[in-house]
Amino acid sequence: VRIHRVRSCSSIGFIKSKYVCVFDESALKFSHSQRLFRTSAVSCGQIVQFKLSDIGEGITEVTVKEWYIKEGDSVSQFDSICEVQSDKASVTITSRYDGIIRKLHYNLDEIAFVGKPLVDIEIDASKGVAPEEDVVETPPMSHEEHTHQEIKGHKTLATPAVRRLAMENNIKLSEVVGTGKDNRILKEDILNYLAKQTGAILPPSPKAEIIPPLPKSETVPAAPKDKARKIPVPVSRPIVFSGKDKTEPVTGFQKAMVKTMSAALKIPHFGYCEEIDLTQLVQLREELKPLAQLRGVKLSFMPFFIKAASLGLLQYPILNASLDESCQNVTYKASHNIGVAMDTEQGLIVPNVKNVQVCSVFEIASELNRLQSLGSAGQLGTNDLTGGTFTLSNIGTIGGTYAKPVILPPEVAIGALGKIQVLPRFNGKGEVFKAQIMNVSWSADHRIIDGATMARFSNLWKSYLENPASMLLDLK
Amino acid sequence: MVLLSLLKKCLPLSCILRTPKAGFRSTTSGGLIIQSVSNDVYQNLAVEDWIHDHMDLENRQVLFLWRNSPAVVIGRHQNPWQECNLRLMRQKNIKLARRRSGGGTVYHDLGNINLTFFTARKKYERVANLKLIVKALKALRPQLDVHVTDRYDILLERQYKISGTAAKLGRAAAYHHCTLLCNADKVVLSSVLKSPYKGLKSNATPSVPASVKNLFEEDPSLTCEMLLDAIAKEYAMQHQIDNHITLINPADETALPGINDKAKELRTWEWLYGKTPKFSISTCFNMVYKGSALDVKVNMDVKHGRIEVCNINLPEQWLPPALCSELVKGLTGSKFCPEETTTLATTLLRVCPQDDELHSKWNLLCENMITLM
Repeated sequence: VRIHRVRSCSSIGFIKSKYVCVFDESALKFSHSQRLFRTSAVSCGQIVQFKLSDIGEGITEVTVKEWYIKEGDSVSQFDSICEVQSDKASVTITSRYDGIIRKLHYNLDEIAFVGKPLVDIEIDASKGVAPEEDVVETPPMSHEEHTHQEIKGHKTLATPAVRRLAMENNIKLSEVVGTGKDNRILKEDILNYLAKQTGAILPPSPKAEIIPPLPKSETVPAAPKDKARKIPVPVSRPIVFSGKDKTEPVTGFQKAMVKTMSAALKIPHFGYCEEIDLTQLVQLREELKPLAQLRGVKLSFMPFFIKAASLGLLQYPILNASLDESCQNVTYKASHNIGVAMDTEQGLIVPNVKNVQVCSVFEIASELNRLQSLGSAGQLGTNDLTGGTFTLSNIGTIGGTYAKPVILPPEVAIGALGKIQVLPRFNGKGEVFKAQIMNVSWSADHRIIDGATMARFSNLWKSYLENPASMLLDLK
Repeated sequence: MVLLSLLKKCLPLSCILRTPKAGFRSTTSGGLIIQSVSNDVYQNLAVEDWIHDHMDLENRQVLFLWRNSPAVVIGRHQNPWQECNLRLMRQKNIKLARRRSGGGTVYHDLGNINLTFFTARKKYERVANLKLIVKALKALRPQLDVHVTDRYDILLERQYKISGTAAKLGRAAAYHHCTLLCNADKVVLSSVLKSPYKGLKSNATPSVPASVKNLFEEDPSLTCEMLLDAIAKEYAMQHQIDNHITLINPADETALPGINDKAKELRTWEWLYGKTPKFSISTCFNMVYKGSALDVKVNMDVKHGRIEVCNINLPEQWLPPALCSELVKGLTGSKFCPEETTTLATTLLRVCPQDDELHSKWNLLCENMITLM
């Protein structure tokens, strides 16, 4: 099939005006400078049987292992069609044609034969349609081009000052319409041209740009009229975006999140936020970090936060409780299994450190190390992920100051820790000093926990962390 | 080791790769020997992809030499659950990789060398490549009894497999790669290549198990370096090029533009597990709870690595049926993966009655379900 594109369009415009917009094939026959394209010949496409080509090494049979396309898909030349396998060799079969897949000759795992048809492709017929559109579009463009050439033919007259101005602004004098004597280019012409380039002052229309050189007497009144016409009009261009929505089912990790959060929704949350001065804790951790390292354990701030929380839970056990479905009974949990929210590649998981009430800070740190390495390898067991009674979420490692954490059922409280910032604060003597400040945001189940309890727990937790030595008094 | 790498000149690869016909000063015909400086299986497989996709092999052939840290490499159309012990691999931190060529499963470690022969598709010829290797080995150690079989294996003493082969053919280019056991850990090899997963039914390409031996066992003086050099020397001779090994860094985006994306794709779950042909599992396991034994039957259909259909048959009333159906519902559509199953199962516990006995039964069931994956 040969598709002849229409050439040198100016005469089409001529014909068009003669035949009043009716695009008649017969009209074209009279214009000998064009060649016709056939609109009727390939309208329903030609089916080609694409045969499986030689694999080499004398192989005659292969197994079809994967189809990359299905019937009805359109393919371009060199697109992958399928993967076949023979004798430890995997072969990618690519298309030799542009077209639409009409038939697959084999199913998966079937034996395919070299030299026999693999797929039927309908060769692309749509190419025949395009030139028609081209022809309709070209008349105005060609007209502009023609006139433009006329302008180019003239010698461009301009004073040296005007030439310099044009050169400084990278303007080709041949592109500027001169409104001065003998079509001389004036300074105003350069400025108008510039304004058009930068501000899109005039709506783009081919005819508007090609103002044929006017006789001098008409130029002067024309200039102010031109200026009056140049009111800033924003050009509205249709914004073209070819992205597509993508819908996927909710599975796996996301499904788990949906379940947890839907259950959490039933809990009336109330929030309580506080600011903690960690200046002393920061110093303490610096001292203890190398000692822990010697014992093979990485010491972060979390073990301190966790231990302080457990000490607080000893005084306010209702925060370590669970409310049953019917809200009839509250169970005070004996173990402090404190969960630590972890962000993995897959999503949020919350393993917990068991029995924090009988663990030392070092033991907590060691256990956290274990959970963290298992978590990043995706190997946490069910035991590590169940049985939690209270949760801390260290969102501050990613960022943020205050948060509104969601309680993880069947627990009744959760704390979100923001990032540690260095901020100016006043000390007891009224002096400004550098303080290491972290914000904590608590959420609690308002059905069994009241504001006062939460506030007192928070104050106690805060006091342990602001003055770490005080933890020594209450450590068991 | 240091001396040998000094002998390998490092030519600017970018000019060689972008102007295949020019830029390689000392060759007469088109031939190039390259060696990877990385032991990362995904990066090295990405180099193969890159050369296959981007290099003009019409008038040139390439030999690529590489070694990997411990990894199990399955063929394009294979089922990892059928081929290897994924559980053990996770524990031992042995990577799983899926290559783009066909064939069976192999174990790689630093005692194994990999050789890839790149040619134009028309010049694809595996037997010639394997004969080249045998010639090189015999030149190095004339007493070695090695030969090529019609299954494209290389056997030592007519019985032990020392090399396995696979190939990939594209539109214009092709490659044939093979392993060569020098000094690999045979104990780990046999333990990871034995699948513990029962009741699997699938049309995936099965591997053919074989007895293997290391060349090192025949001759303890042999090292991987010696084998690589001998093969490079023979290749250079047969292709009439200088015996020149160019080192390449698979992480170098400027020399190999787009390579990091290729390596990334090879690491994705979708490629490693999602490309597994459809399969089904029909199995049962035995659980012991408080002195009594229970039989649990599980049937699952897995497509694209995700559970399409799931049936769990438990003794009646051992667990609340509503909870069990929640588990089945949750598993359907999820990845056939221990991580997702654990997350789902533990989340379901949050929204059911807080009963210690229920929790321990549930955890027992889930731990057992996870062993299937």
